[in-house]
Amino acid sequence: MKPLPATPPASGDAVMSARNIAKSYGSVHALKGVNFDIHRGKVTTLFGENGAGKSTLMKILSGVVTPTSGDIILDGEVVHFSSASDARDCGISIIHQELSLAPNLSVRDNIFMGREIRTATGVDFAEEARQAKALMADLEEDIDPMTLVEDLRLGQQQIVEIARALSVDSRILIMDEPTSALSATEVEVLFKVIRDLTSRGVSIVYISHHLEEALQITDYAVVLRDGAMTANAEAKDIDLEWIVRNMVGENFDLGSPPTGYAFGETALSIEDVSVTDASGSGYSVVDHLSLDVKAGEIVCIYGLMGAGRTELLEAVAGRMPLSGGRVIVEGDDIAGLSISQRIDRGLVLVPEDRQRDGLVQTMSVGQNLSLASIAAFTRRMLMSRSGEQAVVDEAIGKVHIKTDGGRAAIGSLSGGNQQKVVIGKMLATNPRVILLDEPSRGIDIGAKAEVFRLLSERAAKGLAVIFSTSEVAECLSIAHRIVVMRRGRISAQFGADVSKEEIMAASGEAVHV
Amino acid sequence: MASSVTTPPRSGLFPDGFELGRLLLEGRAFFALIAIIVVFSFLSPYYFSVSNFLIMSSHVAIYGILAIGMLLVILNGGIDLSVGSTLGLAGVVAGFLMQGVTLNALGVVLYPPIWVVVLLVCALGAFVGLINGILIARFKVPAFVATLGVMYVARGFALLMTNGLTYNNLGGKAELGNTGFDWLGFNRLAGIPIGVIVLVVLALIGSLVLNRSAFGRWLYSTGGNERAAELSGVPVKKVQVTVYMLSGICAAIAGLILSSQLTSAGPTAGTSYELTAIAAVVIGGAALTGGRGNIRGTLLGAFVIGFLSDGLVIIGISSYWQTVFTGAVIVLAVLLNAVQYRRRVKKTTETGGPSASLQSNGNGQTASATHGKIAS
Repeated sequence: MKPLPATPPASGDAVMSARNIAKSYGSVHALKGVNFDIHRGKVTTLFGENGAGKSTLMKILSGVVTPTSGDIILDGEVVHFSSASDARDCGISIIHQELSLAPNLSVRDNIFMGREIRTATGVDFAEEARQAKALMADLEEDIDPMTLVEDLRLGQQQIVEIARALSVDSRILIMDEPTSALSATEVEVLFKVIRDLTSRGVSIVYISHHLEEALQITDYAVVLRDGAMTANAEAKDIDLEWIVRNMVGENFDLGSPPTGYAFGETALSIEDVSVTDASGSGYSVVDHLSLDVKAGEIVCIYGLMGAGRTELLEAVAGRMPLSGGRVIVEGDDIAGLSISQRIDRGLVLVPEDRQRDGLVQTMSVGQNLSLASIAAFTRRMLMSRSGEQAVVDEAIGKVHIKTDGGRAAIGSLSGGNQQKVVIGKMLATNPRVILLDEPSRGIDIGAKAEVFRLLSERAAKGLAVIFSTSEVAECLSIAHRIVVMRRGRISAQFGADVSKEEIMAASGEAVHV
Repeated sequence: MASSVTTPPRSGLFPDGFELGRLLLEGRAFFALIAIIVVFSFLSPYYFSVSNFLIMSSHVAIYGILAIGMLLVILNGGIDLSVGSTLGLAGVVAGFLMQGVTLNALGVVLYPPIWVVVLLVCALGAFVGLINGILIARFKVPAFVATLGVMYVARGFALLMTNGLTYNNLGGKAELGNTGFDWLGFNRLAGIPIGVIVLVVLALIGSLVLNRSAFGRWLYSTGGNERAAELSGVPVKKVQVTVYMLSGICAAIAGLILSSQLTSAGPTAGTSYELTAIAAVVIGGAALTGGRGNIRGTLLGAFVIGFLSDGLVIIGISSYWQTVFTGAVIVLAVLLNAVQYRRRVKKTTETGGPSASLQSNGNGQTASATHGKIAS
């Protein structure tokens, strides 16, 4: 722990700077030479869509990830962080987007995890509890330090995460989406705490999807797009429109809705579907939602994190149980069927996290591609080699996977090609309805365009396509219809001619107060 | 076996490619076996002979059959600690059936013929496996704990059935029509012990199932990534239950062969054999995390363990030292597995997409150790 610097927050000079920071994962460039200044005693907000590189940049500044190239300058000197604790020793701490608490431990133990206050005889639990209580009081949250974290609701857990970062007495505090689970009052308290910190000379880096909220607190705004900085300005010179314009940028052509054919019958009908939160809190993440999709139609579901997009798609695909409602595919209610029965009926899901849910890393490209359609080339218990090869070759050809015939290890492909494997695997089952949860996550813009072109080709042949996204630009590509989800419900539906601002307003991202 | 796109890497009876570096690392169990044979052939004049190899192989058969069942479970990402007890219980139940089953209500004693005994004992093994499978797949009990419990229960039943004693008379009587039990343990076909033939047959069936059947592909995929397999329509629970049943059947078969070899069925037979079977699978290169491994490696692993311990007996080394040597071989095997899989992970992350960043964090940190510390 370092004492707070004595220097007053007199000027807006940079306490920490990133110079030409680049980070590549294989062939994917997450950051392409970013310059970024953190102003002393000010709030610097980083704006950008998902995949723009915000989180990667913050992980680099906090030592979690090492950059491929570029320098980090702290107080005028170049520093190299080899771990998060290196950065912490320099007074930099981070509140991660994903909570990193141990649910089985108390609030007190979580706050002091890894930095226990030691005495000659052990840990000074009384002092820890006292400090934890004081932090909770600062955050105006009535939580007993001895409560187990798993007994807290999500918003309170986020408060604990914030308290832990505050307890370090850091001079640079990075907050990656700190308010995603907080109520309006809790956000206000957090902002009060932030103002208090900045008045004491602490520099804050703030990331949020809630643009207006972020605009209230920020002093400087920096916008990232596709791994590069596109704009920066002082908060007093900018408005919401400026942020959105710079975030979204000029449209890369992701295609347009396929035309020249008539939609068929209703292929998928979601009727009054509810899904209860998996953690057992009884909270409905999808709340009596209904949606019909016709054969050949492409529907885009837009929503912020936590809007219930993933839960809706997973429940329809059979991955999560419904707490109410019906799912009808071509006239049959499939709500009680298993995933494989749903695949047989022609309903498939391409999951959001392809590493975790989409690919079997221990198997080859070909084996991954054929996994969902093994029955198609199995005769009398045995798989036909040539039959499988035909399936694999067809899939590789149709979804344009750059690989040498399917024998390669799945890990040797780029992110975009891996995603095409997951899509190709599900398309090989000849589905009527395909659900894709954030199909463009973590793939580069060229691969994105290819995936969308593939989907619109299939839609023109009668496939019903539903894809979710958290990037507005993607809504305005191939979708015939845009459905905006907010807190488990559909908050608006638009045709393909809607504007980005309208979509963002409906999602709650840019609410006009 | 022609090399083909659809063959999983390293999962046939024969390797798909013959690159030297890969071969040396992946063929380590094979080279270890060769080394063991060479060393003991120098140390003892009796070691290198066909008859000795056949005797040793019939010892290996027991471990090998258990290990094939264990491989299926480990490929699924599980573990089966109950196979040693199942083996013991199977022998005892076979012995019990051979003594005749008294039906009090009818006042008759039934002497089932051998083939009925064999079928009933295999069914028993499948039943024990079914309990394991249901506990694990349906009730989500961790495999380690579920099979640990079943291990005790099965052993307890074996002891209860005989009151701790051993069935010594397994010969049967010609007039009762239940002779022939010793065929499994003593007879030879073309000079090869029946146990070894059973092992080879099971290995061939196992290879066929793993490489060519849909079930085999389901097994590799659930072991590699259960969530992805499930979303691809693989019946992951059914696969899970089935592997434990198959493992139970393998244990029952091993139990029959062992009690036939010993001409007696004791309730403590097979104690700690589950660990030997796990060791064979691990020496054979399978990953305990599931999804990687094959029959060929597992067989080699069983032969390494069997030929090593028999060799130590033949040159007259104390059995305490045997334990030390066996342990050392296992540790070495696991170390080499770690080397092999780490190499693969590295290869994956070098070219992986950004969502592989969790893995590359580890890499980044090890790499940055050379960067030196903070300059300020």
